[in-house]
Amino acid sequence: MSIQVNQLTKIYGKQVAVNEISFNIPTGQIVGFLGPNGAGKSTTMKMITGYIPPSSGTGTVCGIDMVEDSLNVRRIVGYLPENNPLYLDMYVTEYLDFMAGLSGVTAINSAVKNVISLTRLTAERHKKIGQLSKGFRQRVGLAQSLIHEPKVLILDEPTSGLDPIQVMEMRNVIKELGSEKTVMLSTHIMQEVEAMCHRVIIINQGKIVGDDTLDNLKNAKNQSMEEIFRNLTGHVDHI
Amino acid sequence: MWTIYKKEIRSFLGSFIAYVVIAVFLVLTGLFLWFVEGNNVFELGVASLQVMFDISPYILIFLVSAITMRSISEEKRLGTLEIITTKPITDVSIIMAKFLASLTLIAFTLIPTLFYFYAIYQLAQPVGNVDVGSTLGSYFGLLLLAGCYASMGLFSSAISDNQIVALIVSMVLSFFFYSVLGMIGDIKLLDVIGKSLAWFGLEFHYDSISRGVIDTRDVVYFGGFMAVFLGFTKMVFESRKW
Repeated sequence: MSIQVNQLTKIYGKQVAVNEISFNIPTGQIVGFLGPNGAGKSTTMKMITGYIPPSSGTGTVCGIDMVEDSLNVRRIVGYLPENNPLYLDMYVTEYLDFMAGLSGVTAINSAVKNVISLTRLTAERHKKIGQLSKGFRQRVGLAQSLIHEPKVLILDEPTSGLDPIQVMEMRNVIKELGSEKTVMLSTHIMQEVEAMCHRVIIINQGKIVGDDTLDNLKNAKNQSMEEIFRNLTGHVDHI
Repeated sequence: MWTIYKKEIRSFLGSFIAYVVIAVFLVLTGLFLWFVEGNNVFELGVASLQVMFDISPYILIFLVSAITMRSISEEKRLGTLEIITTKPITDVSIIMAKFLASLTLIAFTLIPTLFYFYAIYQLAQPVGNVDVGSTLGSYFGLLLLAGCYASMGLFSSAISDNQIVALIVSMVLSFFFYSVLGMIGDIKLLDVIGKSLAWFGLEFHYDSISRGVIDTRDVVYFGGFMAVFLGFTKMVFESRKW
């Protein structure tokens, strides 16, 4: 199992952001983490990447405990946070050099070269990040998350704010990556899931309301992803 | 840790903050030392940098706060803090790297003033009749003092994602611990209480080191002061985990 979480809970003050969720993601799967805004997708990802500790519950990434041994988890996880934060005054290669150093990469030059060609940034590599368009910035963010050849990729809304062509490109890159890595990506757009993922975990108000492979979900209900999503999340709203 | 240290130094050099700080410090200390009427070197007729060492703590309150104000607050504002804290590096290393980078820049700010020392050295009658021990002690004290300012600056930078707030908080804190505590010590009415409060002030220990006697108690005090504020910085830094 690549990612395994058990009864994971996060409480901010009195608000329960994530409520006892459990799931297992086997190696090599692309999993879509689907839910409306504020459902707890980002919070779950922040807990897995070690940015914030869970209030209760446990989890492992490739068998490593994500709270006790957070540093080692971070060595094998690549993370693209929501909104893709970047140092706008740095150059692309300068930034990736910095990220490689931080991630503990020893062969920095070749690692940077690799991710630049992988994310097709070659033509932009000598530009300042602040000068890049949104699509290229997103690729820089993705390149940063791939720099240390992580086994697990966690992408928080990787396609938000991109134009349709950039979305297509990003999907292709992610699909390519999914052939050798475990990918967990969050989104609130159902088409995204249909285009990229093997499996979907639907989360609403901090609880998992659906977890199945894409084919199963569609066959069982004979509905489009959009309808399934609306039913699953809307159902909880009525209670 | 050195990866962040190098990046911080590079961003100082790239953003011109370094050059401005070095120039401002050199010009201001130069003005007070040689030109400002009242107690410049020529009027005092003493071959010593004492005037510079008296005025530097006040100049540094402003300059060190300016150096440190963006170091954490900017990362918070941009959200890049989430990137670096999810890399395999501890929060302590991140804070220490930023602290050491600020301290390095401050050291480079002090170095050009050695030129003034050379001038004083040549002007003395006879040439070289300067209290070298006291001068070295003062430089050392100034560096320690600046380290304390930097630790307060980092703390201020950690509590806000607004650089201006960080700048003001840092200047107020530095002024309080350098000057205000000493002033309280001068109030006759408070007697022993005032004196002990003054002992907690930075000025008391800075003056003590400036005399040229490096007392371990003063060094320990400065070290402890930095450790306390860097500890506070770490606490604020980790408040996301609460």
